Amino acid sequence: MAVVTEEPKAGFRLGMLIYDTRYRSITIQIVVLMLVMLGAAWLIDNLLSNLAALGRGIDFGFLWNRAGYDINQTLVEYTNDSTHARATLVGLLNTLLIAFLGCIAATVVGVIAGVLRLSNNWVIARLMTVYVEIFRNIPLLLWILMIYTIFTEAFPAPNAFRGETPAASMVMFDTVAFTNRYTAIPWLMFDRSLGWLPLGPLWLNLDLTAIVAALVGGFLLNRYILRRATRIQEATGLRPTTWWQCMLALFGPIILVLLALGTHLDSPSLQGFNFTGGLQVSNSLVALWLALTLYTAAFIAEIVRAGINAISRGQSEAAFALGLRPGRTMNLIILPQALRVIIPPLISQYLNLTKNSSLAIAVGYMDLRGTLGGITLNQTGRGLEAMMLLMLIYLIVSLLISSAMNVYNNRVKLKER
Amino acid sequence: MNTSTSTFVRTEMLPEQAPPLTESGAVKWVRENLFSSVLNGILTVLGVVIVAYLVIGIAPWLSRSVWNAGSLSECRQIIAERWGEGVTGACWAVIRERWPQYLFGFYPSHLYWRPVLAFVLLCVAVAPVLFDKLPRKMLWFSLVYPAVGFWLLWGGSVWVPVMAVAGFAIGYAAAKFLQPVAGTIIAAIAAVLAPVLWWLFLAGPAADALQSLLPIALESVRSREFGGFILAFTIGFTGIAFSLPLGVMLALGRQSDMFIVNKLSVGFIEFIRGVPLITLLFTASLLLNYFLPPGTDFDIILRVIIMVVLFAAAYIAEVVRGGLAALPRGQYEAADALGLDYWKAQRLIIMPQALKISIPGIVSTFIGLFKDTTLVVFVGLLDPLKGITDAVRASTDWKGIYWEPYIFVGAIFFLFCFGMSRYSMYLESKLKTDHR
Repeated sequence: MAVVTEEPKAGFRLGMLIYDTRYRSITIQIVVLMLVMLGAAWLIDNLLSNLAALGRGIDFGFLWNRAGYDINQTLVEYTNDSTHARATLVGLLNTLLIAFLGCIAATVVGVIAGVLRLSNNWVIARLMTVYVEIFRNIPLLLWILMIYTIFTEAFPAPNAFRGETPAASMVMFDTVAFTNRYTAIPWLMFDRSLGWLPLGPLWLNLDLTAIVAALVGGFLLNRYILRRATRIQEATGLRPTTWWQCMLALFGPIILVLLALGTHLDSPSLQGFNFTGGLQVSNSLVALWLALTLYTAAFIAEIVRAGINAISRGQSEAAFALGLRPGRTMNLIILPQALRVIIPPLISQYLNLTKNSSLAIAVGYMDLRGTLGGITLNQTGRGLEAMMLLMLIYLIVSLLISSAMNVYNNRVKLKER
Repeated sequence: MNTSTSTFVRTEMLPEQAPPLTESGAVKWVRENLFSSVLNGILTVLGVVIVAYLVIGIAPWLSRSVWNAGSLSECRQIIAERWGEGVTGACWAVIRERWPQYLFGFYPSHLYWRPVLAFVLLCVAVAPVLFDKLPRKMLWFSLVYPAVGFWLLWGGSVWVPVMAVAGFAIGYAAAKFLQPVAGTIIAAIAAVLAPVLWWLFLAGPAADALQSLLPIALESVRSREFGGFILAFTIGFTGIAFSLPLGVMLALGRQSDMFIVNKLSVGFIEFIRGVPLITLLFTASLLLNYFLPPGTDFDIILRVIIMVVLFAAAYIAEVVRGGLAALPRGQYEAADALGLDYWKAQRLIIMPQALKISIPGIVSTFIGLFKDTTLVVFVGLLDPLKGITDAVRASTDWKGIYWEPYIFVGAIFFLFCFGMSRYSMYLESKLKTDHR
């Protein structure tokens, strides 16, 4: 028999704000909030009085003024008559370009290095260990400067490629030329180019759009074919032959588009003192890309190694006991489990790479920090606004990357009930 | 049982035969480790070729090292004399001649003993933290070391750091005396408020007064004169020392049930982790003055340290949060069941385990912080990697020297970072308690 006791009716005392656990957390939160707001108010008050003393307010109008400086690498149309906002956009695209190229290359190199470090080949495993330890323990800035120095100091000037017995020669079957100013690589050219479609402030490259559309379309078609095959297999027990359909779906559209555009590879060739044709990639981009790739790949290699090591031996032994071949064991058993361990730290490596690309300043690559946080800031003197905008853009980029990768992570992670 | 019908039964064991040549010794090792399959064979050959290529490329250059020369041209002359015209060699003479700059930057040369002493004392202060075999009394020195190190490096009146340390003593005394009289809460508030008031209003005048009474001072050195590895070490070690406690607090804030505390911590951590360190450093050097009362101007190294601490703390907070999340819920519940309050539970049960789990992450954050000290070059400080090297290269003697400074600085960074990672592995194995 339960005895219902009357709850003691004590009046509210001030001490209860601290000693009673029901109120204590509210008290603490209010105190913290007040302290933070006081601090913020103090900072903002200082800011306002400092700005008043300088006789200026916060004004982002400078973004629409003429920039007046040139940028050596632009992905969208830009002249020195363009606005600072345009320069910011150019910088942002350059940042995204280096981040994108770096992430892809770092993943490839990192996965290879991580797997090779686990290999039972003594030489290769040692070599990869040395690579990983050296790159992880030396500042990124040193790698950027060192690789850039290799390009500017050790490679010949473009005119060294001239003459009957040139002092320098092109590599990769005469298609790539490393010079001390740029790297000339072959590039796709279109005889029947679709041109550009004006789209507000941006111009859409229709050739690129067509290629991307063909690739994505082929990929989706391929997925549909495979799903259909699986459905038929589940219904009838027989899997229809799909390999030629898949090939056709994956490669058909892209080959058709490339043929329709009249694509050919344009190799750089020497004209006078300089290379023409192909694409001339500035050494700052190549050096920054290589340094970011090798540095981040060393971290990714460790992540991959840890991920594979985290899968217990029993998993692969069970797969072998089921009669799966090593390749299928890797694909069906080890990798899906290892990916769960690998992906979260991999996301933060991608973010680190993106943020580290701001070291472009060391080699004069005009990324977001070089345009908005560099020349624009210095020319307009709007340090506060430029830095705030810069941080905001980096923050948005980081959040976008991490949320995109988190979506992927949620797809591969263990579905627990 | 037809043993009786057997015509032949061997009565003694055969001696063991030596394994076949291909299954023993070096041949076996090579077969298993280098050429176990076609792919492995190709990889081995490829690896050997790469190593050979690198060695052939670098070894001659290294073997022609010159350690004594006054300038790059003299160095090249010596190389040409010794090994013939047209060969290249390493010119380490630049390190030999400029090492004071690499170590001390533009720190006044007659005061070099101070950073050296500070470094030796730093080792003494850090030793008991790193190795628990050393006497625990040494920790007292570790506690006062920041003040000692500050005084040795920057100089000035001895009373400034003494008064700063006195603030902590005042806080402790306030808590001690008020606790029996006014209760724990009042004592805690007083322990925070009293030192803050002391530092804000009384410490300065008190230091001045004592200085006029008893002038003990070292020649003061401005922050702009710092450079090279003392700069990297000053920023790196201060950053490490302060970012860990701050990071742990942020992690606790993020794990907290209290809505406001939680959201503030999350906002802070995500903001810091979302922007590059370089933008924070620029903020420190360009914008901090906007947010301080007009006319304040405080030290550039201090500003950089604050930013580096905030940056590293956000990363450490995430690492520690991982450690906290990895602890089984039972640990929290057991601590509650024992009737421990929040701080006691954290101190005695949760943190020792969570920090142990997060050691690798914490140490790699520290390594990252130490490597990131090179970025201070972009706010005009002379870091050893780019700042000092550019300064050395700006002189006519050493114009055009590239590899040697980079290799030297890289080697020193490697030494310390690799040492830190090895220490973390040692610590991990020492603290390992599970029986897996």
